[in-house]
Amino acid sequence: MSNTNIVVRKSRGRSLVLTTAIAAGAVFMVLPFYWLLIATTYGAHDIFATPPHFLPGPAFVENFVGLFRDTMFGRSMVNSLFVSTTYTALGLIVCTAAGYAFAKFKFRGQNLLFGALLVTLALPSQVTLVPLFQIMVNLGWLDSYQALILPNLALPFGIFLMKQTMSTIPDEMIQAARIDGAGEFRVFSQIVLPTVRPALSALAIFLFLAQWNDFVYPLVVLRSPESYTVPVALASLQGIGTTDYGQLLMGTMLSMLPVLILFLFLQRQFVAGILAGAVKQ
Amino acid sequence: MNTLVQSSTPATAEKPVAPRRRRSSVGYPRITPYLFLMPMILLFVGFKLYPYISAFWLSLTKNVGGEVEFAGLENYTRLIADPLFYKALANTGIILLVQVPIMLVLAIVLAVAFNSVLLKIRSFWRTAYFVPIVMGLVAYGILFRALFNTNEGFVNYLISFIGLSPIPWLGDPLWAKVSIVIAMTWHYTGQNAIIYLAQMQSIGGELYEAAHVDGASAWQRFWHVTLPGLRPAIVLTVILSTIGTLQLFDEPYVLTNGGPDNATLTVGMYLYQNGFKFFDFGYASAIGYALTIIIGVISLIQLRLFKEKS
Repeated sequence: MSNTNIVVRKSRGRSLVLTTAIAAGAVFMVLPFYWLLIATTYGAHDIFATPPHFLPGPAFVENFVGLFRDTMFGRSMVNSLFVSTTYTALGLIVCTAAGYAFAKFKFRGQNLLFGALLVTLALPSQVTLVPLFQIMVNLGWLDSYQALILPNLALPFGIFLMKQTMSTIPDEMIQAARIDGAGEFRVFSQIVLPTVRPALSALAIFLFLAQWNDFVYPLVVLRSPESYTVPVALASLQGIGTTDYGQLLMGTMLSMLPVLILFLFLQRQFVAGILAGAVKQ
Repeated sequence: MNTLVQSSTPATAEKPVAPRRRRSSVGYPRITPYLFLMPMILLFVGFKLYPYISAFWLSLTKNVGGEVEFAGLENYTRLIADPLFYKALANTGIILLVQVPIMLVLAIVLAVAFNSVLLKIRSFWRTAYFVPIVMGLVAYGILFRALFNTNEGFVNYLISFIGLSPIPWLGDPLWAKVSIVIAMTWHYTGQNAIIYLAQMQSIGGELYEAAHVDGASAWQRFWHVTLPGLRPAIVLTVILSTIGTLQLFDEPYVLTNGGPDNATLTVGMYLYQNGFKFFDFGYASAIGYALTIIIGVISLIQLRLFKEKS
C-alpha cells in the first residue's frame, strides 16, 4: 500500500519536471511568433526598443494599410494564392494519374520511366535553375504564372506517394468495375480516387506548401515586381534600405496566414502531408 | 472473384460489344496507361529531364563575348582551383555537421517526451513545437534577422538576463553561422520530432513489457528498444536533412546574405551568384553538377554506414 503510494508520488514528481521542461522549451518555440505579432503593432521607428515591447502598440492598422498602399504586397498575395492553388489542383491530377498508371498497369517502358523519376528525386533541383531560366526566356514566359506552375507539376515524390497508395487497392475492385462496363476514366475517377482520399489531401497540402514557400526558382524567373510571389516580395522588401520595418514584419506575418489556417483546420492532414515525404519512402 | 464476374454479366451484356474488341487480354486497352501518363511524361521530359541534360552540356561551355563556346572541362578545372568554392563548401559542411546532429538529437529527446504518459496535455506541446513549420523559409529568415539585431534585438535582450554582453550575431563570421544553426534548429526540430514520434508509436508494446519484466531501467529500454526501433526514421531524417542542408540557400540569403566576409556563403548561394549575378551559366552549371556528385557520394556513404551497423 505504502509502496504504491511512493511510486505514484515519484511519478507525479517526474511528470511535473518533464512537463515543466517541455513547457520551457515551448516558450522558446512560440516566443518568435509572439515577438512578430507585437512588432506588427509598432511603427518602424519604435519596433526595436530597450526593453522590448511585450504589449501591443497602436500602429497595427497603420502598418497594415501602409503595406498595401506603399508596396505591391497585395498583388503578391494574389499571385501566390492563385499560383499555389492552381499548382495544387493540377499537381494532384498529374501525380494521381501517373501514380495510377504505375501502380495498376503493366506497359512497355515502365521500369525505364520509373527509374528516370527515381534518379531525378536524388538530384539537387538547383542544377536545373539555369536551364529552366533559359527555357522561360525562350518561351517568353518570364514573369508568368505558367513559369511557376508547370516545371514542378510532375513531382517525383508526389507520383511515388500516389503509386504506393494505389498499389493497396485490390485489382479485383478495378476489374469488377471494368466488367460492369465502366470506362477507364470512370474507373479512375469513381473507384480509385475516392479510396485514396486521405493520401490526396496529404499530397494537396504538401503541394500547396511547396509552391507557397518556394523561393529560389521564382526569384530567378520573376523579374518585375507585379509578378512577385510572397517570398520574393518579402525578400526584395527587405533588400531595399528604405523599407519600413513595421510594414515588412506585417507582410511576414500575413505570409504565414494561409498556411496557419490550413494547419488549424486540417491539422491531421497537415501533419500527414509533412510526414508523407518522410514516412512513405 | 468468380461470383463477382457472374453477377455482373447481365450488365455487360447490355453494353455494345465494339469497345471490348479493342481490349487486350489484360482487360484494358493497351493505350490506357500511356494516356494517364501523358501529362507527366510531357512535363517531366520538358522541365526535368531536358534541364538536367542541358545543365550538363552548359557546364562544358563558356560564354565568350556573347557567343557560347565548347570549353571541355575548363569550368571544372576552374572550380577545383577556386578558393571561394571551397569556402562555400566548408561553410555548408560546418553548418551541416553542427546543425543536423543537434537538431536530430533534440528531436529524439522531444519525441520520447511526447510519447511519455508522464507528459501532461501532450497534443498541445506537440503542436507548439511543430508550429514553426508554418512559416516559410524567407519569412522566418526575416523574423530571425530582426530578433538577432545586435543593438536592439530581442535575443540580445534575453541573454542580458544571464549576464552576457551583446553578441554581434549577424556581424561576426562565427556568430553568423551560429545564427543560421539556431534559426534552422528552431524551424525544423519539431517536424523531425513528429517523424520520430510516428515511428515510435509503431514499436510494439510487448517489446517494452519484455524489457520491463527483464528489469531493464528506463535508460536501458530507451537504448535497447526505442533507439533500434527508430532506426528507419533516423536513417531517413539523416539523409533528408543532409541533402536539404547541402542545398541550403533561403536562410543565408535572407538572414546574412552570405556575409560577413562570405562566412555564410553556401554552395547553393555561390551557384546562384554565378548564374544570376554574373550570368556565368557554364560555371553555375558546373557548380550544380559538383554539388550533385557531392550529394550522391555523401548519401551513398551514409547508406553504407547505416547498413554496416545493422
